[in-house]
Amino acid sequence: MGLFGNFLKKFLKALFAKKGQIKLGIYGPPNGGKTTLANKITMDWLGEEMGSVSPIAHETREIQIKEQITVKSKNKELTFNLVDTPGIATKIDYEEFIKQGMEEKEAKSRAKEATKGVIDSIKWLDDMDAVVVVLDSTKDPYSQVNITIIGNLEARKIPVLIVANKIDLKKSDIKKVQAAFPQYDVIGISAKVGTNIDAFYEALFKLTNR
Amino acid sequence: MLTLQFVPHSEITDLNSEKKIQKLLKIVREEKIILLEGKLHSNEKSELIRKTMEEIDERFKGIEIEELDAQAKDQAFLQKIRTVFINLLLGSRRGLTIIGPASIIKEIKKDPDKIQLFTEEQKKKKKK
Ligand SMILES: Nc1nc2c(ncn2[C@@H]2O[C@H](COP(=O)(O)OP(=O)(O)OP(=O)(O)O)[C@@H](O)[C@H]2O)c(=O)[nH]1
Ligand SMILES: [Mg+2]
Repeated sequence: MGLFGNFLKKFLKALFAKKGQIKLGIYGPPNGGKTTLANKITMDWLGEEMGSVSPIAHETREIQIKEQITVKSKNKELTFNLVDTPGIATKIDYEEFIKQGMEEKEAKSRAKEATKGVIDSIKWLDDMDAVVVVLDSTKDPYSQVNITIIGNLEARKIPVLIVANKIDLKKSDIKKVQAAFPQYDVIGISAKVGTNIDAFYEALFKLTNR
Repeated sequence: MLTLQFVPHSEITDLNSEKKIQKLLKIVREEKIILLEGKLHSNEKSELIRKTMEEIDERFKGIEIEELDAQAKDQAFLQKIRTVFINLLLGSRRGLTIIGPASIIKEIKKDPDKIQLFTEEQKKKKKK
């Protein structure tokens, strides 16, 4: 990007930053359920979905933004711009997409787009005011992708809430996620089924100091 | 043939983050597995991931990164690597970071004996 790029980004950011607007990022490895959660949030508070969901990884390959979402509870209110990001990975193999039934050409272009998506997710880290990290709680939480995302947020002093998603599945293990990141709030939900979603919204208030 | 390259702390400590990442990626692109003494900062790891993404194509599928230290909860695969290598070359308390080409690590996961074979060859060479 270079010096000028950075300058441009800062300039644009300042130009569009409206006072009091919070950018809430949804980050995590591919397939954890980021978009499923983003859709649940926008469905609950705007009545519409924001992105497509797939069992094949790297479904989201561009940053998606939904502006002005207001979450309400008894006596609190929180307005933010929701940013759904492409899943971050250290490797992308188009042959994996073919194994899941995709045509070669489509698989190759998906891989190419996915690499760009990862780059954008990383670039956008700096712009977030608070981040929800969505992890698949049936999987090993000690991955370098998870550790790197959370480490970067910590270094930037961006508040983090960890969501242990997919608790509707038998293999789900919230305690393991909690043990991996003991200094963070971890909340178990099922974004797909909607389990514990009210507790998630409560945690959002806490995350953003509302 | 599986090639490992040990990168001691002293070899990268004076490099800035960009040079450090360049050096590491270069080794991985030579299809070698890096055993890096110590750990990368999280911003170096995200930068390494970003640069890796820029280089991915049909042949280079990306990288795997793992860190080994006293607290790490190892999986079976790591356990194996750990016992073999920590004994072999680490007297250091800095921990160890393994960075390798994703496709090669995938092969090893399928057939962990590849690691064993390699270290046995090394031991023989040392004795000579
Ligand atoms: N069982 C179960 N499946 C879920 C849940 N949340 C998401 N999924 C499924 O997990 C898969 C991935 O969901 P996505 O929402 O596309 O995941 P993502 O994190 O946005 O993935 P990328 O965009 O590829 O990074 C889909 O098949 C979802 O239906 C959940 O709470 N429970
Ligand atoms: Mg998605």
